[in-house]
This record gives sequence, C-alpha cells and structure tokens, in this order.
Amino acid sequence: MKHTISVIVENKPGVLHRVSGLFSRRGFNIESLAVGTTENPNISRMTIVVEGDEIVLEQITKQLYKLIDTLKIFDLPEQKLIERELALIKVHANDKTRQEITQIVDIFKAKIVDVAEDSLTIEISAEKDKVDNVQKLLEKFGIQELVRTGKIALQRGGI
Amino acid sequence: MELSGAQALIESLKKEGVEYIFGYPGGKVLGIYDVLYHEKAIKHILTRHEQGAAHAADGYARVTGKVGVILATSGPGATNLTTGIANAYMDSTPIVAFTGQVSTDQIGRDSFQEADVTGITQPITKHNYLVKQAEDIPRVVKEAFHIASTGRPGPVVVDIAVDAMKKKINFKYPDKVSLPGYKPTTKGHPRQIKAAAKMIGLAKKPVIYAGGGVVLSGASKELKEFAEKLRIPVTTTMMGLGAFPEDNDLALHMLGMHGTAYANYAVQESDLLICVGARFDDRVTGHLPTFAPKAKHIHIDIDPAEIGKNVRIDVPIVGDAKQTLKDLLEKVKPEKDKHNAWLKQIEEWKKKYPLKYKDDHELRPQYIVELIDELTEGKAVICTEVGQNQMWAAQFYTYNEPRMWVSSGGLGTMGYGFPASIGAQFGAPDKMVFDIAGDGSIQMNIQELTTAVNHKLPIKIVVLNNNYLGMVRQWQELLFERRYASTDLHNNPDLVKVAEAFGAAAFRVTKKSEAKKVLQQAMKIKDRPVLVDCRIVEEENVFPFVPPGQAINEMLID
Repeated sequence: MKHTISVIVENKPGVLHRVSGLFSRRGFNIESLAVGTTENPNISRMTIVVEGDEIVLEQITKQLYKLIDTLKIFDLPEQKLIERELALIKVHANDKTRQEITQIVDIFKAKIVDVAEDSLTIEISAEKDKVDNVQKLLEKFGIQELVRTGKIALQRGGI
Repeated sequence: MELSGAQALIESLKKEGVEYIFGYPGGKVLGIYDVLYHEKAIKHILTRHEQGAAHAADGYARVTGKVGVILATSGPGATNLTTGIANAYMDSTPIVAFTGQVSTDQIGRDSFQEADVTGITQPITKHNYLVKQAEDIPRVVKEAFHIASTGRPGPVVVDIAVDAMKKKINFKYPDKVSLPGYKPTTKGHPRQIKAAAKMIGLAKKPVIYAGGGVVLSGASKELKEFAEKLRIPVTTTMMGLGAFPEDNDLALHMLGMHGTAYANYAVQESDLLICVGARFDDRVTGHLPTFAPKAKHIHIDIDPAEIGKNVRIDVPIVGDAKQTLKDLLEKVKPEKDKHNAWLKQIEEWKKKYPLKYKDDHELRPQYIVELIDELTEGKAVICTEVGQNQMWAAQFYTYNEPRMWVSSGGLGTMGYGFPASIGAQFGAPDKMVFDIAGDGSIQMNIQELTTAVNHKLPIKIVVLNNNYLGMVRQWQELLFERRYASTDLHNNPDLVKVAEAFGAAAFRVTKKSEAKKVLQQAMKIKDRPVLVDCRIVEEENVFPFVPPGQAINEMLID
C-alpha cells in the first residue's frame, strides 16, 4: 500500500542525506521524494511517497522521528489530500501531429511552454495519475526528454 | 572572554566536566593539542591507534555512566574511529568524538587528509555536526553532550574545520540547549502502565527480560524491587549482565544463543514476557516466529522505534526504565505465592540443566573464568573481546552489579576489550579491571599495551589461548564439517614475549594446577599491565549453543 507522508525538518545542511540514508539503510522503499522550503525559511517540507503496510509505515515514522532535525511527520490520508506533480515533457511534433498533441494538451489543461520546429514542450501540473495519463498518450509521438518532480502534497482544510 | 575556536572547545569541555580525552594528534587538530599542552583540568590519553581511543572512551563511558570523549585528526584519523563509533552506536554508549577537518575553503577539493566525516558517520551516530564557524563551537558542544547522554544514549561526532579552530570569538557557554526536534519521552503513559499492571496481575508464568537499557538508566534497584515484590524470574541479555544480581534466586542469567537452558526454556514457556530496555535482537530471539510463542509482551523502552520493530507488542510503554519501573511498582498488586508452581518448574530446569563443563585435569577456559570470579569475589570490572572468550566470561563470572561488564554486544567488535579496559581503568581507578581475551582478538589492538604501560595501568589481560579463532572454528566444527578455513592461529607470536617487549608483566599457564597461583601473582602487580597467556584445551566449545535459524529452546547442550 502507498502512503504519502509529509516530513517537516529543520533546513540544515545534510538533512536530505540523513533522511534518504535512513530509507536506504533500513530497506524502506521510496517511490518519490520532493523537498523544498516552507513559509518559514528555516524549515523544509519533504513529501515522500512510500510503499509498505501499517507496520512498515510505523517503523518509518519512528525512525524518522529519531533524526534530531525532524520536527513533525504527517501521514496524509488519501481522501483529504491535495496532491500535485509537475512534469515537463518534450515530445516530437511535425505538421501532421501538432494538432493532435495540442488537443491532448487542452483536454488535460496542460500548457505548451516551448515550440520548436520538430518538438513541443508540455508542462502539466496535476495529480500523479493524470500526469501518467498524459505521458502515456504522448508516447506514441515520441518523447524526446521528460522530467517529473515527484509528488508534493498538503492536507485539505485548516491545520 | 575572547578565545580562539580551539580554546573555546576546551573551555566548553571543562564546562561539561570532562576529565579525560582519548585521542591521537594530527595536522588538523594541532591547534586543539596546543591548547591541551597547557591544560591542567583535562588529561589527554594518547593511545597508539585512533580505534583504541574510541574504544577506550567507550569503556570509560560504560563504567562511569559519563560521556566518553575522543579527539582525532581529519581523514584517516577520523576513519580509524569509525569502528569504535559504530560499536558505541549499536550498544547505546554515550561518546562524543571530535575530529579535525580541512579548512572550509579546502572542503570538497579532495585535499590532503580530507574525508567526508559527517557523511561517513551519519548511519552510525545518533547525530553529527560539521562546524565551519568558531561561533558555533560552544553551542554545538553543549548540544552534542546533551544528545549523547540523554534519551537512548549514543555517539555524536563533531567535525571541526581547522579555520574555525583559529578564529577568535567572544566565548560564552550556553546554559540550555534548544533542539525542537529532540525531546525524549521519559515518563511512561499512565494508561499503558495501568494496562501493564493488569496484564501482570493475570499472568501465571511471567518472565522479565532485562537489557542494557536497565544499566544505562540506572534502574537496577527498581528492577530488583519489582522482581522481588512480584516474585518474577529475571533473565538478562548480554548487555544487561549485572542489571540484576546473578546470585539472586530469581536470576535466570543470560538468555539467547549462548544463554542458559533454563532461561531459554522459561522464556519459551512463559505466558508474559516483560521486556525492559532490550530490543529483541536476533542473538536473543533465535528464529523470530518461534520466540516466546505462548507469551504476551510488555515492552518498556525509551526508544519508541524499538517497540514493535521485531516483535508484536501487546502493551508498549515508551519511557525511561527507572521511572517506568517506579510507576509500575505503584500500580501492581502482588499476590502471595501466585507464581510458586512456575518458580518450582524453573528451579527444576536449573537443577537439570545447569551451566557446566568437563571438570577434569585439563586447563579449560570456564575454569579460568570461575577462578577469576572466586579470586576477585565478583568485584572486578570484566572487559571482554568477542567470540568464545566473551561467552565464557558472560557465563561463568557472577555479575551482581551494573557497570561491571564491558563487552561489545551489537557490533561484536574483536579488539574492543583491551582498549575498553584502558578506559575502564581510568574510569574506575580503584577497581581491578580484567580483559578476558582470545588469542585472535588480543592481537587486533595489542599496540595499546604501550598506552597501558605508560600510564601504569594494572589491567589483567587473561588470554584464553586456544590457537584458533575459537568461535568461528566452533561454527566450522558444528556447521561446516570441521573445515577450519583460515581459523588456525598456531603461528601466533609468543604473547608472553610480546607483552614483555611492551614493558608489561607476563605469565604463561599451561596446567590447570598452576592457574590459581599464577592468577594470584598477576593480581598482585599494581604498577603495570599483566598478560596471562592461558593455553587452554584447543577445541573447547561454548554451550549451550542455539544454531542459527533455530528456536531458542532447540539448543545444543553439549
């Protein structure tokens, strides 16, 4: 089972190493990890998607709390999640395919952010499944380059 | 007060009450050594290898309960510490290691004697720091000692760039630490304590399984009171030896792979296991699904991550062992004679399966350990190496008090015992300190004889010399059809001559009949270390032995 956890850490050098090192040495699987600063510049938020049952999740949480730089951990419940992933997809395009690609972009409320003679670069920010879908639909045109951020998430409503 | 970073470091250590630093100098810590040159309040103990310094600080910490302090240079100085740091991490020993680092403008350029010390030590420390500014030194020292010694103790590494040691700062030592992400829970939740008390009241065959956490927390008195009040038998892990007096009628001694048969049977038959400050390590549990199959589990530990890590727990209590046992004592209601049938069963197992060895005319290691027990009246500090020597020392000496047993548990570090005994002797100058060693492991840090000789430390090194890497040989005998691959040490050096060359006293024992006299002679030497080379029966095995992957009641008794 997949869990999305939010790990609030002190924004100190080496903190990403401490967290990622903990996952690798304890044999926990990270599906994605996104990190950035928060409203407080001294604090960072890591959004980590992990695979495991309740027991594994409990161990992950407890081990993360043992890191001195960890301030708070939230296991974000699926139904109360606002989640986004950002992708930039550079797809092969010519006169024949350009229109079809533009249609896909419109349907998914994505954006074309760069146009070249033989390619289009598409930006999409959406839930992971939707990004997966767009990527799949674009594959047949030939994806030249692709980058995804990994999921970031917050819980809905007041804190 | 205006001080250089190096001076600020030493002043900070004085504020922490540090008496000894175990270390080894080098280019990037010269500034600190220059301050130590004039320093009277802190003594620097020069070892002959950084690993020796790390283990000595660890041994000092284990016998005193204080924080052990290490100093080493950058690069190889720091990497040589890593075994000692990992050892302290596995056994939750409070140590703080200071290492020099190349100057901030040289970091990351593969400079001479540069190593990524915080990177390397990150998985084997409770926390670590890279200090690039002199201004941070007092705060970091304060935090390092606080982190190392509170909660579940452990090692902290402070890597200091050489330019931060030179810069002048206005020194002020902080009164308090501010670590919002570090607040260990010491008081167990009242609801959990009530639930545990209720479960204890219902149990018919309870066993207390006590570990190193009882020693670290200073909870021996409370444990004894608790066990005696409720008449519950107590088994200890190897790390917990001495946490409960072994001459008490409720003592089951050590459990696990080389534990007593009666401890293992009791655990396997029990209907309630009360684990205090232990972590269900594989050497204790054997094949995990078969461990204590009939028992409910109460687990008291200060580290929440230990609870539920290996075994499902019915009543978890996160808290300090001493405090929690005190609180629990107030809630339990002892019923007279409630466990009589259970204790009688245990008494029968004790009679039927005592620890034993062949009591003949041969010089056997168990006999030597028993002799040491008899001659020291159980009052010595016993350090050990790792392997058969360690298990015989664990089984045949009577540990009645905590902090008398100094041995590498989790990491199983050969070469730990002798340097640890140096730290132990500094920490307990009035006690007799032994290192019970094997011929393999004593050679791993034998250079520290110089350290012990220089400081006139009367450590007794008793080598149980069987000309083999005994424990590995035992496994080869029992599990690999006696193929003794690379465990034959018959080309050992003459250890008596080696010790004498270092300036230590040395004796050799080859016959059982002379062992007592020689040990008595060795114990009279007060001004230098003494090595006793005991030529024991070469293929003696440690029993009981639970073969790997088996349940702990499926042991080989002999």
